Amino acid sequence: MNLGQHASFIVAAYVIAIAVVGALVIWVIADSRTQKRMLADLESRGARRAGEREP
Amino acid sequence: MALIDLANPTRFLTLATRVLPWLVGLTLALFAVGLYLTFFVAPDDYQQGAVVKIMFIHVPNAWLSMFVWGVMCVAALGTLVWRHPLADVAAKAAAPIGAAFTFLALATGSLWGRPMWGTYWVWDARLTSVLVLFLMYLGIIALWRTVEDPSRAARAAAILTLVGAINIPIIKFSVDWWNTLHQPASVFRAGGSAIDKSILVPLLVMAVAFTLLFLTLHVAAMRNEILRRRIRTLRLLQARMTNAGARA
Amino acid sequence: MPLRALLIRDIRIALRIGGGALTGVLFFLAVVTLIPFALGPDLALLRRIGPAILWLGALLASLLTLDRLFADDQADGSLDLLLTGRTPLELVVVTKAFAHWLTTGLPLVIAAPVLGIMLNLEPDALVIVMLTLLAGTPALTFIGVIGAALAATLRRGGLLLPILILPLTVPVLIFGVSAANATLTGPMPFGTPFAILCALTLFSMVIGPFAAATTLRQGAE
Repeated sequence: MNLGQHASFIVAAYVIAIAVVGALVIWVIADSRTQKRMLADLESRGARRAGEREP
Repeated sequence: MALIDLANPTRFLTLATRVLPWLVGLTLALFAVGLYLTFFVAPDDYQQGAVVKIMFIHVPNAWLSMFVWGVMCVAALGTLVWRHPLADVAAKAAAPIGAAFTFLALATGSLWGRPMWGTYWVWDARLTSVLVLFLMYLGIIALWRTVEDPSRAARAAAILTLVGAINIPIIKFSVDWWNTLHQPASVFRAGGSAIDKSILVPLLVMAVAFTLLFLTLHVAAMRNEILRRRIRTLRLLQARMTNAGARA
Repeated sequence: MPLRALLIRDIRIALRIGGGALTGVLFFLAVVTLIPFALGPDLALLRRIGPAILWLGALLASLLTLDRLFADDQADGSLDLLLTGRTPLELVVVTKAFAHWLTTGLPLVIAAPVLGIMLNLEPDALVIVMLTLLAGTPALTFIGVIGAALAATLRRGGLLLPILILPLTVPVLIFGVSAANATLTGPMPFGTPFAILCALTLFSMVIGPFAAATTLRQGAE
């Protein structure tokens, strides 16, 4: 595999793509952890939903 | 499981938890195949050389930038016509992901353009209309972040999404027209010849892989959003109960 | 005629003290005055980009006062009356937008030739710029009503309005400036971009009121 004379641009494009996708994945996972922790916290303090209705 | 069952946020949560590992695995597998094909099978372009490898991430992202707006439009109809809370959630979760893919389309396009055009940015018709699309994504995200009440924000964002969808073809047409008026002489055109199968197959695999990546992230982000709303409701209930207790 | 009463009321409110009628024109004047300070007083350059400067100034100026189009009515409760009234809300929106254009868009069209002279434009270019602004500024207002309705239904939405609306005004700007430039530079004839500009205006007159009325109804719930 030879990337030729413009190798830096190809590498830069793939690095940016990996960085942005990685940031999205990290954001989703971190957000999921935060929300689950807060929900568990609230439920342990006895908060309860009225039925199955969403706001 | 019928489609109507998905309509219930709690059902959606259980389904999402069951489906997500499969989606993640499928996405990873397709990316492995797609990247292998890109780097070890697809030939270099006889004009552009290895730079054509940027196309395999640029084109899928450009496709997703429009596909995600389409998803948001379907969700917007769900919000306005059926008043569906899950549609609100889907629209809100899709916006930042769509903006990220649109940004990637712009960034890789600019990196592709530098060796081809000799400059990072030309006011090429396609790049410019994607830039306007990116601005519209940012506007939608700003709208979601301004309004506190989620269902009110959902309805406002839904109308703006649909108005944007009506305007996107008009913007595309006018930017094309504007571009032919100001066309510089030496602009590279990709659509000149039919794409060879050896390039088309890896491109399609990468496009499907990126679409699956979007679906995975979207389902996960929707799950987060449902939990966020549940927490919001619980907090409001708690505050109301505390108030009632203090008054009694 | 409730719509005529509404039109007269809106024009009166815009013209009296505290109304926004003059603000747009003053802003237009300020923007066009600032640009030679940034570019230098090169008359040849100013003449070449004059139509573009006038169009950009008019675009920004017509957005400036838009956020008050429904927000003031909402603050004093008259929006609720309009919502519950028997007149179709879409027609109410058209009337209010028309009144807004008469008090802010039309003054821009009238001020444009004066500012055009300062930018060293030829007389026939002045007429053309005026004509394109006359055809194009209604489109800006009718696209803007969507943003104005959003701004009224959302608290703190006013600051958001230009961000949401500006991308949608790209086609109007492209064809407005192209038509205005036709006599100056281009091989491009005047007729084609001008016809498309008129089409955009008519199209926005349909889309804008419906979207704004939907927004106001949704926001009222």
